[in-house]
Amino acid sequence: MRAHLAVLPPLLALAGALLVALSTPLRGRGARPLAVGTAAAAAVAALAGIADVLARGPQRYALGGWPPPWGIEAVLDPLSAFTMTVVAVVATVALAAGPGVATVYGRSSSTFYALALVAVAGFLGIVASGDLFNVFVFLEIAAIASYALVASGGGPGLLAGFRYLVLGTVGASFYLLGVGLLYVLTGSLNMADLAARLPALSDSPLFAAGVAFVVVGLAIKMGLFPLHGWLPDAYTHAPPPVASLLAAVATKAAAYALARTVLYVLRPDELPVGTVLAWVGAASILAGGVLAVRQTDARRLLAYSSVSQMGYIALGLGLANAPALAGAYLHVLNHAMMKAALFLGVGALAMQGRGPALSALRFGRRASVVGITMVVAALSMVGVPPAGGFFSKWYLLQGAVDATQPGLVAVILIGSVLALAYCYRLTEAVWFPPADEAPAPQTPRAVRLGLVTLAAGIVLVGLVSGVLVERLLLPAAAPALR
Amino acid sequence: MMLGLYVMVAHRNLLKKLVGMTIFQTAIILFFLLTAVKRHATLPIVHEGLPPAAAMNPLPHALMLTAIVVMVATTGVALAILIRLYERYQSIEEDDIAARVDAEVAAGVGR
Repeated sequence: MRAHLAVLPPLLALAGALLVALSTPLRGRGARPLAVGTAAAAAVAALAGIADVLARGPQRYALGGWPPPWGIEAVLDPLSAFTMTVVAVVATVALAAGPGVATVYGRSSSTFYALALVAVAGFLGIVASGDLFNVFVFLEIAAIASYALVASGGGPGLLAGFRYLVLGTVGASFYLLGVGLLYVLTGSLNMADLAARLPALSDSPLFAAGVAFVVVGLAIKMGLFPLHGWLPDAYTHAPPPVASLLAAVATKAAAYALARTVLYVLRPDELPVGTVLAWVGAASILAGGVLAVRQTDARRLLAYSSVSQMGYIALGLGLANAPALAGAYLHVLNHAMMKAALFLGVGALAMQGRGPALSALRFGRRASVVGITMVVAALSMVGVPPAGGFFSKWYLLQGAVDATQPGLVAVILIGSVLALAYCYRLTEAVWFPPADEAPAPQTPRAVRLGLVTLAAGIVLVGLVSGVLVERLLLPAAAPALR
Repeated sequence: MMLGLYVMVAHRNLLKKLVGMTIFQTAIILFFLLTAVKRHATLPIVHEGLPPAAAMNPLPHALMLTAIVVMVATTGVALAILIRLYERYQSIEEDDIAARVDAEVAAGVGR
């Protein structure tokens, strides 16, 4: 078992998807425990991966026994083990808690769980892979399942799903074209092999074009401004359980792919990729934040907040010094947890029959557990200690200061003020006493349990972030530093 | 490739956008296959007396086989969504559908 930890999480999720799909004749009975169980197994395997990496150092796994660079390779190092754990754990909670599966899908809930597990397998595969072309394949496996999930609610979700599909395919195709150019240049697709061959070839125009296509393609998938066009509609009109899953982990996998290819493989020192990425991230923070403040639909507010928060990650990857990278990786974890919590909460409250408009979410004290956990997630988003969000922004700030970039320091701070503004609007809406005698919201126990887990996780990550950064994230960032 | 992108941007008809997307993807596949071509090379089937230099590079073909599968799956999902869209809105013009979606959202459908 131990030798296979690098590929176990995606394989478990994929096997789970198959089992859930086979359980369709049971009309949805057993689909949820099966899906949550396999996702949890994948999470355990990913956690074991972290323990293994800490004990034995990075490992390379030759799939099918074909040695790299000819065979496909999976890599288990601090960064991939960490990201795999984030994706698997948050996906497990989102699958277990996803509100309204029965309402939206009725007896065909196995369809939702099977597609969701395929998507999760794709995200985990992106992270596990050590081969550029294999990343493309997993990117598309995850994306095709996501398109179907977004459209599966019908109605407005159909158009959002179609637009997501068109833009997502363009993004993946750009990435593929970039990989093709790099293949022409080096004759290799294996990441480690490419990283060894590229320094001698990096003044070729093919290299510049390849890097540009890869970065633009992945930036589309990440939802960075101004390439975020698909994201708000997709997350607004997706069914609630889909939104809380995809908003939490989909963009993170793309962010990981961007970090892995640009910082660890291509390392385009002569090209201004880092500067561009940092300032595109800054533009995302500001544009996403400003747009989020103006929304009246809670789901759309959260979607634009995702654009803003992904900007922080891009900014950290662009700065690419030790504290900035640690901050960006920590923010992957924090943002996955807080966005899952907020989408779960908004989804559960919107299912009470009054819709997702901010003015319809007024439950006051009756929102009880949902309201409190949403406040915790919102505080983390703003960056109030001891919530986890404070620490990722702190490391990012330190990175910006180290790089003597006063402009970026200002953007990080302004972004927090914007987050305060839109999170205040959201929590104020939830906590505002209802005008009429609205009944207390009937949130399922699974949703409350999931929310409490995520809120506890947010605080816990805040408390242990020092250890996490020291033991795991700085070693993860070390190979990327020049 | 640029033709495909142009079709995707210029047309408001969702089916035509899809056609543009397919052209775009096919162009990338052809580009990959181009990288396999060698002068005076033959099929890459291993047999006695065939030096590697005399065989075409089989790897891009194998990769593109996968990419074609991905493309077929994407197109399939896209067509399925398009059929559902047409059933619901009796149109595949993006502007028509977007206007009706906005009206539906304003009226609170799909909560």
